Amino acid sequence: MEMPNPNAAILSRKAEIVARLKEVLPADAVISDPTETRAYECDALTAYKCPPLCAVLPASTDEVAAVLRICHEMGVPVVPRGSGTSLAGGALPTADSVILGVAKLNEVLETDFDNRFIRVQSGRTNLSVTGAVEEEGFFYAPDPSSQLACAIAGNIAMNSGGAHCLKYGVTTNNLLGVTMVTMEGEVVQIGGAHMDAGGLDLLGVICGSEGQLGVVTEATLRILPKPEGARPVLIGFDSNEVAGACVSDIIRAGVLPVAIEFMDRPCIRATEAFAGAGYPDCEALLIVEVEGSDAEIDAQLALILDIARTHNPVELREAQSADEAARIWLGRKSAFGAMGQINDYMCLDGTIPVSALPLVLRRIGEMSAEFGLEVGNVFHAGDGNMHPLILFDANKPGDLEKCEAFGAEILKLCVEVGGCLTGEHGVGIEKRDLMTTQYTDTDMEAQLRVKDVFDPNWLLNPAKVFPLAHTESRRAG
Amino acid sequence: MITVSSETELAKVIAGAEAPLRVIGGGTRGFAKAVTGDVLSTAGMSGIELYEPGALTIVAKAGTPVAEVEAALAAEGQRLPFEPMDHRALLGTEGIPTIGSVVAANVSGPRRMQAGACRDSLIGVRFVDGRGDVIKNGGRVMKNVTGYDLVKLMAGSYGTLGVLTEVSFKVLPATPAQLNVVVRGLSDAVAVQAMARALGSPFEVSGAAHLPGEMTMLRLEGFENSVLYRAAQLTDLLQEFGEISVDEADLWAQVRDVTAFAAQDGDVWRISVKPSDAPKLVEKLSVKSVLYDWGGGLIWALTVPGKDVRAAMVGTGGHATRVRASDRDLPVFHPEPASLAAISAGLRAQFDPRGILNPGVMG
Repeated sequence: MEMPNPNAAILSRKAEIVARLKEVLPADAVISDPTETRAYECDALTAYKCPPLCAVLPASTDEVAAVLRICHEMGVPVVPRGSGTSLAGGALPTADSVILGVAKLNEVLETDFDNRFIRVQSGRTNLSVTGAVEEEGFFYAPDPSSQLACAIAGNIAMNSGGAHCLKYGVTTNNLLGVTMVTMEGEVVQIGGAHMDAGGLDLLGVICGSEGQLGVVTEATLRILPKPEGARPVLIGFDSNEVAGACVSDIIRAGVLPVAIEFMDRPCIRATEAFAGAGYPDCEALLIVEVEGSDAEIDAQLALILDIARTHNPVELREAQSADEAARIWLGRKSAFGAMGQINDYMCLDGTIPVSALPLVLRRIGEMSAEFGLEVGNVFHAGDGNMHPLILFDANKPGDLEKCEAFGAEILKLCVEVGGCLTGEHGVGIEKRDLMTTQYTDTDMEAQLRVKDVFDPNWLLNPAKVFPLAHTESRRAG
Repeated sequence: MITVSSETELAKVIAGAEAPLRVIGGGTRGFAKAVTGDVLSTAGMSGIELYEPGALTIVAKAGTPVAEVEAALAAEGQRLPFEPMDHRALLGTEGIPTIGSVVAANVSGPRRMQAGACRDSLIGVRFVDGRGDVIKNGGRVMKNVTGYDLVKLMAGSYGTLGVLTEVSFKVLPATPAQLNVVVRGLSDAVAVQAMARALGSPFEVSGAAHLPGEMTMLRLEGFENSVLYRAAQLTDLLQEFGEISVDEADLWAQVRDVTAFAAQDGDVWRISVKPSDAPKLVEKLSVKSVLYDWGGGLIWALTVPGKDVRAAMVGTGGHATRVRASDRDLPVFHPEPASLAAISAGLRAQFDPRGILNPGVMG
């Protein structure tokens, strides 16, 4: 993965830039010592590392604005950073960039249960948003796997999803408003506690723009009343095709489970060896969870199990207790850890139409043999969001490159069958160079023009999302 | 009137246009119509292109009648989650509403509060921008964060950024049973509190409307036993608010289409606010008639002609759209703060540099 060469003029002005930033921030909020900036050299895509020029940790919207005004005036690129959990390299710095971390912005500003929203500073972690409202019986719906650590700022930048989006949607469907600072340092309020935009849906385009249009410092989020209860079932099949058909039949029957998770045999075996959740040794496994009162759950699960039985499952397991429910989820929740136990892995995030599932899994199996790399599939089956985990050995020369090439082929296949490169992780640097497989130059140009409006000098997270060749002339300007 | 039957033809028309174009679908939502230019109709680009019930996705050309989309979904026991309004009764318009116009105006009904707006179900668009370029964004899968989300930007852009040619939606199962829990005799302020109580419960209320002087209605949808159970739970929960009954009357299409105002003279405003702000705002407005939807978050206000409700909204968040008016002096859309207006103008200039698509409609 190429990154642009750092701008030598900026590197030579480091002392001056740091001094200017220290004029507007407390001394301990500007990190410029090379031993300390290394803490910001990468995010969760650890294969790529580069310490930034410096990192700043502003503690208010005003401080963010002051930082951006200086960087704008001095022409210094800025890379916004939430908690640094991006799997796509969204927070990867360049040597000539300032990392703007929002970690100090972690307050709850307002909770309003009558109007069902919470207003938080954007550095607050996803799970702690729910933590602030759960005593009153509410929760914040988007639940990325990294929810213990990931920040709302990053969730908004990547339009994060999670296992429960089939019912509750992703970040953009749960975001009511933001306070955002533009690259020029102007503070704008978009949306609020009311629903829908009065003019163009700027909130809609900001969410998922990967920190390229502005720095969000506060967010108004929709909160929902917690369901009375939830319960999963586990269904095992001896073929991926049949499991896929079962998912489709459940959806067609009019039930809307809150989650339908899919695991294939390599993943099942790895998690069994790691977590011992007691999964059957079968080709495909579904975990289907529904919500409601006990009686409502019983009724929905009865319908789902009736449908499953018509597909001759090798295993049907209904949770009779909270403990059994936890065991059903245990393997799924340990899947990444289990694969990581075997080797290094790369986690992909393509989405496909559910109907293409059998074809895609078969092709992934064939490619796995061709590339000589193992792969396990975990999958939000209800919405078609796949997470193939490709195993490789980072210490073996050439293995990472081979793994990336394999991953690229899988993502191209996702696009080919009518899907997309990324369902919830974002493009970052990881999928940047594959954008041309999904979008024509004209499609991409329309997106670049949006950035031209918000950030005419292309200083915010400039080397991400789009192939470098497509943005070179703009970044140079 | 210029009619086109394909995206290619549309691109040629726009690229070659030397004067402004007034873009319409079925022409039934005329409140945001441009006043000058040739009329360009998208109704000729029609037809459902893909529908996969097992994947909850449908793709249709922009000129497809809404009724055709809804009928195809109903045949498979599914529906558009956001319950789009039909503007014909309220505006006294005729014609066939198109699915593209639903997207262009981000039209949503009572279920918006629970299931999201049109823009939340919209997963892909194709459009021709003001340069005549054909652009696609999003696609036919419901989770997609590849590149910027121009899908949302196009929803509610009223044809000012581009002319839609194809739209894709995530759909949902239709529900076999429906009940209303009805509370009578509530003041507006108490009604909004009662609706907040219901909406803060786990009983999945999919409609919450208050018809002053008549009743406060809470809609429950789902499988029959579940709906019965939740109706009983809600009745318990709301006991302190007054006389409660449960019925099967389906008045939601009337709420959705604001039919109560159809035969009454006056201007009609659609006001989006924080629900608890709604009753006080309505008091300040001195309206002729009012209807609360979305648990109070959406006010439909009937006022004397020429009244500007926005003057009363200073200091309250939210926005007001003028949906019906006898004179056109007041802007249709809520004026934006200067900083946002500059961004919006910048986007329009990028997508439609010659300013030929529905000029003046949004500013």
